[in-house]
Amino acid sequence: MLRQGLLYKRIANEMQVGEAMAMLGECCDRCIIPHCTIPSLGHNAGMVRTALAVLVIDENRIRAAIIEAGLREAGHERVTVIHDVTGIARRIAEIEPDVIVIDLENPNRDMLENMFQLSRAVKRPIAMFVDRSDQASIEAAVDAGVSAYVVDGLRQERVKSILDMAVSRFNAFSRMARELEEARSELENRKVIDRAKGILMKSRGLSEEAAYTLLRKTAMNQNRKISDIAQSLVTAAGLLGPAEDE
Amino acid sequence: MSMGARHQITAGFMPLFDSAVLVAAGELGFAAREGIDLTLHRETSWANIRDRIAIGHFHLAHMLGPMPLACNLGLTPLASETIVPFSLGLGGNCVTISNAVWAGMAAHGAEPDLDPARAGAALGALIRERAVAGHDPLRFAVVHPHSGHNYELRYWLAACGIDPQRDIEIVIVPPPFMADALAAGRIDGYCVGEPWNSASVAAGTGHIVTVKAQIWRNSPEKVIGVRKVWAEQSPEALAALLRALHHSARWCQDPANHGELAAVMAQSGFLGLPPAVQMPILTGHLQLGGGAALDIDDFFLPFDKAANFPWKSHALWFYTQMVRWGHVEHTPDNVAIARDCYRPDLYRSALKPLGVALPGANAKVEGALKAATPVGSAGASLVLGPDGFFDGQIFDPDEIDAYIARQKSARAEA
Repeated sequence: MLRQGLLYKRIANEMQVGEAMAMLGECCDRCIIPHCTIPSLGHNAGMVRTALAVLVIDENRIRAAIIEAGLREAGHERVTVIHDVTGIARRIAEIEPDVIVIDLENPNRDMLENMFQLSRAVKRPIAMFVDRSDQASIEAAVDAGVSAYVVDGLRQERVKSILDMAVSRFNAFSRMARELEEARSELENRKVIDRAKGILMKSRGLSEEAAYTLLRKTAMNQNRKISDIAQSLVTAAGLLGPAEDE
Repeated sequence: MSMGARHQITAGFMPLFDSAVLVAAGELGFAAREGIDLTLHRETSWANIRDRIAIGHFHLAHMLGPMPLACNLGLTPLASETIVPFSLGLGGNCVTISNAVWAGMAAHGAEPDLDPARAGAALGALIRERAVAGHDPLRFAVVHPHSGHNYELRYWLAACGIDPQRDIEIVIVPPPFMADALAAGRIDGYCVGEPWNSASVAAGTGHIVTVKAQIWRNSPEKVIGVRKVWAEQSPEALAALLRALHHSARWCQDPANHGELAAVMAQSGFLGLPPAVQMPILTGHLQLGGGAALDIDDFFLPFDKAANFPWKSHALWFYTQMVRWGHVEHTPDNVAIARDCYRPDLYRSALKPLGVALPGANAKVEGALKAATPVGSAGASLVLGPDGFFDGQIFDPDEIDAYIARQKSARAEA
């Protein structure tokens, strides 16, 4: 009865019905009344699954967007993304998240953990997810660079899928960032090789092909990368003579 | 990396100057000379260091002195048993406040002399004046709840009649953000290690009002926290590392090496700050703000005064402050956990072959030495202290109950 009363009070406070239904799902997960049902609002298991409020704290906007998309695809409607932790205590009080996902690179973890332990700052106690998780999940999360905090009393299996998703998306993002970096350095290498070829063509009167062959042979003889040889040549040329560009 | 290394050790550190002894051990060959291939990982939060120790990514790490206690007492998530066989130095922190708070304190008799009692009295008067006027409580920041910073700030305030839980607010801010938070008015003051105090002074946005070395002279700060499971499995590797750290610490203390040390720490993989910014902690010559400057004795000691010895009395003092501020319940079991966390036995057995000066005791009465005192030790001579608390109190590790009770009743009377 108390639960219904609270709910209706919030509806009376001009809350949207959809939001109230989502809230209901959240309520019932921790409901202390045995076999609690509020049939008029279509309470069901599916509703419960979509109702967790998830807060993603990530300064990297692209990665945050990827996580958010993953959560929404998995049916989580109530996802909030924060890039900047300024005023985070107030935001957490407003959002009342069930699950907080944060990247390990964020230097504010110490501040957040302290806040979670102060009942003044957040209404509901929040524990670190990994505390009640298995070693493999913990390692997977730390390896991926992500951590999660959940409100007390939330069943682990409900959160595990969120953390698993975050872990796989973090890994995917890292892979993407690595590939991007490789592509970028590949482009840089190609530029420096072109410059080295130009220097050889000019100073030794070689054709482009012969200049490249010389670079490649030198690299093979010295057991180094062509781009390293090219970089040495460009640096040396810069030191020895008037720069080729000038 | 040396191929012939007998020991592979991975360590985490935070980009703070007091990681210098660990960083120099890796960068300047002290570890390699002990047959160690030492890999250093820079981290972004103490929580990350805790997590990576817990899952075994790191064998050991640069840690806040009370942090291993907090782990072993079960105060943190993902706690794993951590021991302290080596301390990374004494002192190094300051309390910095905004220009506005300094102006208010100056009106109540504060002088730029770093005297904790005078500064505390002025701050107390300002806080009472603000309360009467209906202003919000001043907000101070520290780096972590279980830190020397938090406990020394609270000790100083409480000894000056300011209740840190009631009269002010204390929040957590990562060290590199302190100066910005102060300049933006999000906080009114903070307690942190260098160079983050001098940073505010240099920017003209803050004043240093007192320092750790004056609140409690020669007091503990950062330590080497070691994953206990690993320490037990690899006693030889740990002993070799402690010897490397000992040689590194001795080198770091020598003024002749300060320029080179500052250059190492200036690299982007470590502090990533210009060497000049690191000189105040090395020389003890601090700009306080408003043109005032002072030379501070024993401001930061990476080696001298048995700075690397993991005194059980240091662990137990941190424990009493955890109890004092409600972080942990005072029980005989918890006292034992705190006492067992710091391991002078491991320090002593690792360094014994070097024939260096070693304290004969595992604990000492803190605050009892009024002057630098040569002490009986195995081998060469050793000088300790002075180690006084600014309020003249003494902490006897054999009288923990009485110390806790005294601080509790002082608070009740306030």
